[in-house]
Amino acid sequence: MLSIKEIGKSFGGLKALSNISLDVKEGDIKALIGPNGAGKTTLLNIVSGIYQPDNGEVIFLGEKIVHLAPTKIARKGISRTFQHVELFGNMTVIENIMVGRHAKTKSGFFSSGFKLPFVMKEEREIQRKSEEILEYINLGHRKDEYASNLPIGEQRILEIGRALATEPRLVLLDEPAAGLNMRETRNLGEIIKRIRDELKITIVLVEHDMDLVMRISDSVTVLNFGEVIADGTPLEVQKNPEVIIAYLGDEEEIPRGYNAHT
Amino acid sequence: MKKGDLTAFLVFVLLIILLPVFSGSNYTLTVGIFSGINALVAIGLCILMGYAGQVSLGQAGFYGIGAYVSSVLSLHGGFPILISAILAMIVAAIAAMILAVPALRLKGHYLAVATLGFGEIIYIILNEWGPGGPSGFGDIPHFSFLGYAVDSTIGYFYLIWGLVAAVMFFSINLIHSRSGRALRAIHDSELACNAMGLNVVALKIKVFILSAVYASLAGSLYAHYVTFISPSSFSLFYSILVLMMVIVGGITNLWGAIIGAVVITVLPELLRRFEELDVLVYGLILTLSLMFFKKGLVPILIEKIKKLRGFAIAKH
Repeated sequence: MLSIKEIGKSFGGLKALSNISLDVKEGDIKALIGPNGAGKTTLLNIVSGIYQPDNGEVIFLGEKIVHLAPTKIARKGISRTFQHVELFGNMTVIENIMVGRHAKTKSGFFSSGFKLPFVMKEEREIQRKSEEILEYINLGHRKDEYASNLPIGEQRILEIGRALATEPRLVLLDEPAAGLNMRETRNLGEIIKRIRDELKITIVLVEHDMDLVMRISDSVTVLNFGEVIADGTPLEVQKNPEVIIAYLGDEEEIPRGYNAHT
Repeated sequence: MKKGDLTAFLVFVLLIILLPVFSGSNYTLTVGIFSGINALVAIGLCILMGYAGQVSLGQAGFYGIGAYVSSVLSLHGGFPILISAILAMIVAAIAAMILAVPALRLKGHYLAVATLGFGEIIYIILNEWGPGGPSGFGDIPHFSFLGYAVDSTIGYFYLIWGLVAAVMFFSINLIHSRSGRALRAIHDSELACNAMGLNVVALKIKVFILSAVYASLAGSLYAHYVTFISPSSFSLFYSILVLMMVIVGGITNLWGAIIGAVVITVLPELLRRFEELDVLVYGLILTLSLMFFKKGLVPILIEKIKKLRGFAIAKH
């Protein structure tokens, strides 16, 4: 459903991505892994329209989306979360989800002020739907708390819930397990799987937690220095010698006389 | 409206009705009228700054547009005042849109300076091309509505505060609606707003227009009440005064705009007894209030009430 074709992107003299191509199948959980600085987040930012690539195409459901603004891309059905949580901190948990409903609802700026009947009807619908989503991600008990007061684990899940509220076809998750403990990570994994299995939403996941990646993803793409070095099932990728080198380093590269104990 | 807001709103309406009954001196009512006019501008700025997070130091410009356009249209164009006030609001809205499109790409200090520049431009235009130039002009007709002229102080008091109540009703509804939530969301994270499919630019333009329309309405009401206007009432000083009202009252709460407007308008009157020192005392009070009530009067009051309630519940 998403295909990325020969995407290149430089920041000044730094080549962040060079000729990246990859495909995401509908209904897959696709993991993007790679060492820090490999270009994973840059790629997500290109797909969601925050960055414009220097060359290449992004095709979503048969449509080129590279030139579109982030808002337009969101409305096409791609939602996302952020590496550094971008919740609306001064708003309550339920309100965060309700903002997610914005693009799917339409009562206007000026009709809202007059409390017209159709506005009220839609407002109740937003409220109902948002509560439903909160229950779905098990945050119902936090409903009226300020988002910034939640522990990081719940903030990350709330961000996913907010993305779900836009009724996306594809969700991009940028390091959803960062800062989470083992129990929270397991819970996160369950939620991601449920979203795919029950809501039929395709997922692209950038993640450093290999345990989570290997457990939930259907396919894994490995980036290193802005290039794809491996692509396949979790098992295939784990055995790929290039991947092992990228992660652990090449034995021969270790300088002579290097002593790990000093 | 939520329960708390509804209670506050009913108390507010009751106060408006009762104040002239208990303290009906012309002096009190006149101060009340100016408080109400300022409150209208402050409510707009509060939504713009406190909720949507966009700074403006140019509200005096819209206030001036409201006063001048409405006065000129009714005095020289022969329009009924209601129509001229509405036309003035439309002019202010167009000015806001023209300003907003380039200015809202800016953020924080830069936006503040851009809006300040806009206010100054309007001020210069009024000075150079406004009727009467720097000395202004008079004989502006009193407000009249369907043939009834509102020329008594008490009538004007009710007119102004009735409009404040209406604007407040509209604004509270807006804040708790889909669009109001979107405005608050923009304040917190534009990045996330984009990812949610919100049209951030359009929302910013709309809230800018709204604040301009409120200020323009206030300007028209001012002109038709005082019946004489000159550019000096619409200088940067007024923009800063409104900013002060919003901050003293509490920028994160709409009621703060009203309380702030009343406090800032009434305070100089109360300080008359200090004679020459009044400005000094005024400055001192404002500085102290900002030091000790940083969040503003209304939010602090709400916190105190919540605490007291907490105690009451704990005792049971």
